[in-house]
Amino acid sequence: MPSEVAARGIPSLQISNVEMAFNADTGRFLAIRDIDLNIERGEFVTFIGHSGCGKSTLLNILAGLYLPTGGTVLLDGMNVEGPGPDRGVVFQNYSLLPWLTVYDNVWEAVDSVLGEKMLRTEIQAHVEGMLRAVGLWEHRQKYPPQISGGMKQRVAIARAFAVEPKVLLLDEPFGALDALTRSSLQDELLNLWTHNRRVETVVMVTHDIDEAIYLSDRIVVFGNGPAATIQEVIPVTMARPRDKRRLAYSPEYADIKERLMALLVGGAHAAA
Amino acid sequence: MTELRTTLPVVPAAGLPRWAQGALRGALMTVGTVCVLLLAWGAVWLAAGREFPTPLSTARTLAELLRNPFYNSGPNDKGIGLQLMGSLLRVFSGFLMGSAVAIPIGALMGASKLWNRTIYPLVQVLRPVSPLAWFPLGLATLKSAENATIFAIFITSLWPTLINTAFGVGSVPKEFHQVAQVFQFSRGRYFRKVLLPYSLPHIITGLRLSMGVAWMVIVAAEMLSGGAGIGFFVWDSWNALNLDRVISAILIIGAVGLVLDRGFEFLSRRFTHAQ
Repeated sequence: MPSEVAARGIPSLQISNVEMAFNADTGRFLAIRDIDLNIERGEFVTFIGHSGCGKSTLLNILAGLYLPTGGTVLLDGMNVEGPGPDRGVVFQNYSLLPWLTVYDNVWEAVDSVLGEKMLRTEIQAHVEGMLRAVGLWEHRQKYPPQISGGMKQRVAIARAFAVEPKVLLLDEPFGALDALTRSSLQDELLNLWTHNRRVETVVMVTHDIDEAIYLSDRIVVFGNGPAATIQEVIPVTMARPRDKRRLAYSPEYADIKERLMALLVGGAHAAA
Repeated sequence: MTELRTTLPVVPAAGLPRWAQGALRGALMTVGTVCVLLLAWGAVWLAAGREFPTPLSTARTLAELLRNPFYNSGPNDKGIGLQLMGSLLRVFSGFLMGSAVAIPIGALMGASKLWNRTIYPLVQVLRPVSPLAWFPLGLATLKSAENATIFAIFITSLWPTLINTAFGVGSVPKEFHQVAQVFQFSRGRYFRKVLLPYSLPHIITGLRLSMGVAWMVIVAAEMLSGGAGIGFFVWDSWNALNLDRVISAILIIGAVGLVLDRGFEFLSRRFTHAQ
């Protein structure tokens, strides 16, 4: 089925004319408006913009956690009406259940989503494979409060990949991590994705310009909120796998960074 | 010399391992506190015209009570152990029934804003009422002092458990809720893996508070109801002008209350997870 859909050229995600308003104490607050974006199957797209620009709001809409007040989101041609196992989500605050071990956090998600399709032994093997892939097999019996932030986010990423989603949604997944951990987790994310032959469509919200360029096929730049919308979409065509150290010397990298700085830093300056 | 003093431990038991020093210091503090209490007791004894029991006479009475706690010489003369068992039985009966009502209603209040708005005002009005005020209603409807006492304990046990359960169930963080949504947890899985582990420590806190109040209320309730029980024992001892027994009973009630509280503290630690 998915290959058929891809062959027919339907985008993985079709976001049309999406608008999201919240009822605040001060009245109706329009967070985002006029969002139109198609994301291809197997594409890695990042949302970048200043705080409050609504990029996380859009991600939550894609996850089905918010219902948009206007417009539609189609996943493989089907209307998104709520959260579903076809979309794995990695939250910024890890969102692991603290009373379950590392192993059980992944196990419960896999068993919940794939339990009907897989035998118990298959689930066990699958969870083991995921935890080994993120280097946490040795730590499987630990509880989330006993492990570092980087390890927690590895568990959360393993959990999101483990349910075999069509789309992976990451909401500033590395925002709370130090620079070194962040860098190695970016690579682990790419490794998992590449290992799966990049079948998943990945949408990630970030604040970090370098992270966006290193990871993305396209960077979606949001204007400032309220009532924010997409300001520009910048393609990143550098071949994968990308070499993080060499990247900084490539002219394309410099051009994209320059453009992003102009949009984000310049934009903030103009707004101030 | 001052330099030397800073490098040497000032605890008398220098040379002992650190934990033993800590334990020794704790023990010394306790002994000190007891000494202060005994001094205060002595002052009361002097002020009360020396008719007040002395620590020594009380200790003798206490030892006598504990020597044969389970003797039974008719309805008005039972050992302290039997009195305690009677009280504990009433407390646990009322407490279990109260919890069986409070936990589901609390969970309902935590899960539904509508139910919370409906029930909470009622709780607010009834909670400050002394459970003993319910005693006559218990007598009138249940036709026995024994059952009326259990009824008072039942009412007592409701409120802390109800409020804490409602809080626990109602305060499941959004992030856990979203995890369950995103990974399509069934109702059963959500209950077992999210709601219960999250709210259980709150529920246990409620139970612990309920038990604490119930153990206080039972003494007063038994003074009203009579029969075998530690509260009646206190009242009976007063009527016999035996203050040695009253003080002994206070100490025993305190010790049992401490054990009950520690039991719940153990439970709470067992089911509490670090965040």
